[in-house]
Amino acid sequence: MTPPLPMASASAAVPPPHWTRKDLLGIEELSAEEIVLLLDTARAFKEVGTRDVKKVPALRGQTLVNFFVEPSTRTRTSFELAAHRLSADVVNISVSSSSLTKGETLKDTALNLEALHADIIVLRHASAGAPHFLADRLDASVINAGDGAHEHPTQALLDGFTIREHRGSLAGLRVVIVGDILFSRVARSNIWLLTKLGAKVTLVGPTTLVPRTFEEMGCEVRRDLDAVLPEADVVNLLRIQHERQRREYFPGLGEYIALFGLTKERATRLKPDCLIMHPGPINRGVEIDSELADSGRSVILEQVTNGLAVRMAALYLCAGVGNPANP
Amino acid sequence: MIRGGRIIDPASNRDETGDLLVVDGRIAPLSQLATSGSPPSHIDASGLVVAPGLIDLHVHLREPGQSAKETIGSGTRAAAAGGFTSVVCMPNTSPPVDGPSVVAWIQEKAARDAVVNVFPTGAITKGLVGEELAPIGSMVREGIVAITDDGCCVQNHGVMRRAVEYARMFDLCVMDHCQDTSLTGDGVMHEGYWSTLLGLPGWPSAAEEMIVMRNILLAELCRTRIHCQHLSSAGSVRLLREARSRGIPISGEVCPHHIALTDESLHRYDTNCKMNPPLRTRADIEALIDGIADGTVDILASDHAPHCPYEKEVEFDQAPFGILGLETELGLFIDLLVHRHRAIDLPRLIALLTVNPARLLRLDRGTLAEGAVADITLIDPDLEWTVDREQSFSRSRNTPFHGREIKGRAVRTLVAGKTVWEL
Repeated sequence: MTPPLPMASASAAVPPPHWTRKDLLGIEELSAEEIVLLLDTARAFKEVGTRDVKKVPALRGQTLVNFFVEPSTRTRTSFELAAHRLSADVVNISVSSSSLTKGETLKDTALNLEALHADIIVLRHASAGAPHFLADRLDASVINAGDGAHEHPTQALLDGFTIREHRGSLAGLRVVIVGDILFSRVARSNIWLLTKLGAKVTLVGPTTLVPRTFEEMGCEVRRDLDAVLPEADVVNLLRIQHERQRREYFPGLGEYIALFGLTKERATRLKPDCLIMHPGPINRGVEIDSELADSGRSVILEQVTNGLAVRMAALYLCAGVGNPANP
Repeated sequence: MIRGGRIIDPASNRDETGDLLVVDGRIAPLSQLATSGSPPSHIDASGLVVAPGLIDLHVHLREPGQSAKETIGSGTRAAAAGGFTSVVCMPNTSPPVDGPSVVAWIQEKAARDAVVNVFPTGAITKGLVGEELAPIGSMVREGIVAITDDGCCVQNHGVMRRAVEYARMFDLCVMDHCQDTSLTGDGVMHEGYWSTLLGLPGWPSAAEEMIVMRNILLAELCRTRIHCQHLSSAGSVRLLREARSRGIPISGEVCPHHIALTDESLHRYDTNCKMNPPLRTRADIEALIDGIADGTVDILASDHAPHCPYEKEVEFDQAPFGILGLETELGLFIDLLVHRHRAIDLPRLIALLTVNPARLLRLDRGTLAEGAVADITLIDPDLEWTVDREQSFSRSRNTPFHGREIKGRAVRTLVAGKTVWEL
C-alpha cells in the first residue's frame, strides 16, 4: 500500500475527502474505513519521525491546547510532541493550574479557550462524556485524550497501529486483553477498534472487573488465563489502577497476580510470535513480570513511539475539517 | 355550567356525556339550576373530557431555598398548564421540610402564590439523613399529607420500621424513594449494556428492588401502608404484584419518563436524561406498562424535578438528577398508555391520576360527585401538539421531551370552579 499524503512539502492541511469529522471523540462511532485512514495517515507521519528534520508545516499557525483535567504525563507529552512536529503552537493546561479548582465550569473554561482562538483542544477528563460536551459547544476540534472509563481513542489507534506493523492486518487475530476492563477506557476503545477491523477479542479478568455485559460489545469473556494464552496472537495487559479500585473489587494484589498476572511461567504458554502490549504506566511485577516487560516479544516502547505518529494523524485530519479556511 | 362534555368520574363510576354544574366552587346537582336566580356562565366542553382535577403526588416545588429552580408560584402554574389542580410537594428543600415551621411557611406561601392546591409532605428523618425521626406529629398538625425522605432513602431498616409504625398513629402514608445506596454507589445511570458502553457507573435495578422488598416486609410487619415512589424496574413490579395479591398495604407509582425513554437515550451524555431512579430498558418499560394495565401500579406521578440550565450544563456525572414533568405528564400518559400501547382506557387513566392518589393520601379531592370541591380538568385526548420547553411555566428548562410530538393534553384547568389556566 502507498501511504497517502503528508510529506515535508505539504503546505496545506487539506484532509482526504472521506474524513469529515472535526472531532475525535471515540472509536465507537468510526467506520472501519475511517480507522484505516487514520492508521494509514499515521504510517506516513511515522516516517517523518525518522528524518533529520522531524517537522512538517501542516498545522503551522494553529493553536493547540492540551487541556488535562486529570493527571497524565505520557499522553500529554505525546500530544505535545505530535503538535510540535506538525508546527502547531501548543499550550498546556493541567488541572492544578486551571481555573476549574476555582469553581469555573468546564463550559466556561472551554469558552474562554475558544475566545483565545484555540483551534484544537485535546481533553483528558475524569468524567465520561466531557469531550462530547465540549465538541457540541465549540467550533474548535476536540480530541479525546481519555474520558473517565469511556474511551481513549488514540491509545487504541496506536495499539492497532503497532499490531498492524507486526502482523500486516488485524483480521482474524486473537487479541487477549487482561485486567481491569470495567474501569478501562483503553479497553473500550480497543474493543471497538479491534472488532471493527476483524480481530477476535477475548477479555480476561475477575468477574467483578470483567462483567459479562462486555459480551454484548462483541467480545468473548473468559476467566482462565492459562487456557486462553496459547490461542493469543496479542496479549494486552491493562494497568491495575490502585487509585480507582476500592478493596471490594478483588481481595488483593497477591491474589490478582496469582490468577491474572503474566508471570514468566505463564508466558511459556504463549505462541512464540505473540506480541505483549501494555498501555503504561506498568506496575512491574503486577500485571506483567518485570523481565517479560523488557523482553524481545514486548512491544511496549514501540507503542509509545507509534503513539506520536497516530496523534499526528488524528490532529492533522481533524484540524483540517475544523478549520476549512486554513491556508 | 360545563356543557356537553364526556364526564368521567372514576370515583363514582360515571362516564357519560352531559352537563356539570358548579355553584360557589363546588359541584352542584343540575336540579339546583332551576332554583338559582341568574343564568349561569357556560363553558362549552363538547368533544372534551370533563375529569376531576388531576392530582400529582410527586412534585418538587423547590421552595423554600431553591427558588432559582422553581417557586411555588411557577411550579403550580406549570401544574395548572398540565391539567393538575393538586400537587403534593416533596420535602427535600433548603432547609428540608423536617419540622412544623417549614410546613407552615409552605402553607402560607402557597396561600399567597399558588394557583392550584399544594399539599406538603414532611421528612421521615431530621435533615433527610435517615437517622432520627423528624417531628412527624407536629408536622401533621400543620397539614402534611405524607412523610418521605424523597431523594434520599432511609437505609437503616430499624429506623424505617419505627417511622412506619409511628405514622400509623396519624393514619399517615409513608412514601419511599427506593434505593439501596450500598448497591448504587456513585451510579448515575441504569447498569447494563449502555452504562458499560458509555463508561458510566451503573445503578442496578436490584438496588431499587431491594428496598421495594424491604418496604413490602415492613408494610406486612407493621400493617401500615407504604407507597413506593417512581418505580422503574420490572423486578419492582413483580414484587409489588405478589405482595398486593396477598393483601399487603403496599402501592407504587410510575412516572412518564420511565415508560417513554430507555437508557439508550443517554448515548450522547444528555443530562436531561439523567434522573433517579434512572431510565432503564425496553423490558422494564413493558413490565411497568403491564403493571399499570393489571392494576399492580395504580398511581401515576411526574417526579417534576426542576434544575437550572447552568446546573444541568456540566459533565454528566456531575449533573443533578431529575427532569421537568408536570406539563408533559398527562400528554405522555394518554399518548403512551391509551393510544399507543392501549394498556388502559381513559377512565382508568383518570382514576390513576385522581381518585387513587386522593384515597392513598386521604385528600378531599379527586371526584366530581355532588358537593365535592369543583377542581376540574378539561382534556382533549386527541389533540396533537409538540412540546416546546420555551413555553413552559416552570423556571427551569430541563426536559428531554423538547420537540416531541404528543397526542392528548389538558386544555383547561379549574380550581374550586375558577379557571386557572386555559390553552
